Amino acid sequence: MDKTQLLLAVSFGLFAIGLTGVVVRRNVLVMLMCMELMLNAVNLALVTFAQQGASTIGAVLVFLIFVVAASEIAIAIPIVLLLIRRGRTLDIGAYTVLKG
Amino acid sequence: MIETALLYLFCAASLAGGVLMLVLRHPMRVALALIATMLSLAAIYALLGVHVIAVFQVLIYVGAVMVFMVYVIMLLDVRDRSFVERYSGMLVPGVIGGAVFAVVLALLGLSGGAAAPGAPGTAPFALQPFAAAFLNDYWLYFELTSVLLVIAVVAALAVIKERGDKLG
Repeated sequence: MDKTQLLLAVSFGLFAIGLTGVVVRRNVLVMLMCMELMLNAVNLALVTFAQQGASTIGAVLVFLIFVVAASEIAIAIPIVLLLIRRGRTLDIGAYTVLKG
Repeated sequence: MIETALLYLFCAASLAGGVLMLVLRHPMRVALALIATMLSLAAIYALLGVHVIAVFQVLIYVGAVMVFMVYVIMLLDVRDRSFVERYSGMLVPGVIGGAVFAVVLALLGLSGGAAAPGAPGTAPFALQPFAAAFLNDYWLYFELTSVLLVIAVVAALAVIKERGDKLG
């Protein structure tokens, strides 16, 4: 297995682990952290391809993704705090109202 | 040679951290496992030669995002049902779906990688062309990120203010 395939396999594995974590875990904050893990996995694949093509555009895109991830977490955490103040629990099963 | 060994080591460490995130009970331990995964990824980036991205991975993810997350976990030490029961009712279908997803992704993604122009890590990453390209060619996106950050701060303040109105 060469380097590219190894890094891509790690990226796919991390993404699948993150997706499984979002589905199976009960704690809202743990689900949020699993989403962060998925973002990291995609970033690893992007860096791998950018390095392979020797492109500076890929590196620029990685920086933009860092900024988007930071602002995503800055909005997601207050929303989770608001949810917890309303429902008094971290259990995602208590928020079935959000099914729509 | 030692670089290849280190690459395998950090790949294994990142996957181990991800698996630990699935099985640990306390949110703080999950956060520490995620920090370990992110540090392993930063080490992988450094081994690939993109030191700037490795530094920013540590600074932004571990230094900012995860510290924020750890503060929230310490703030909300709720010992409720989510602490006693780790998994929701979707455990079996979720694990099966995740495994099938990983297999399909591996079959689709790893089979077509024959036409690779070069192995990652061979092309040198120079900071100067990167910075010149970032601020000359992509300055619009650079400015747009500042707008995005302002919007995020305003949105967070709006959410907190709404909470204060309802409860205060």
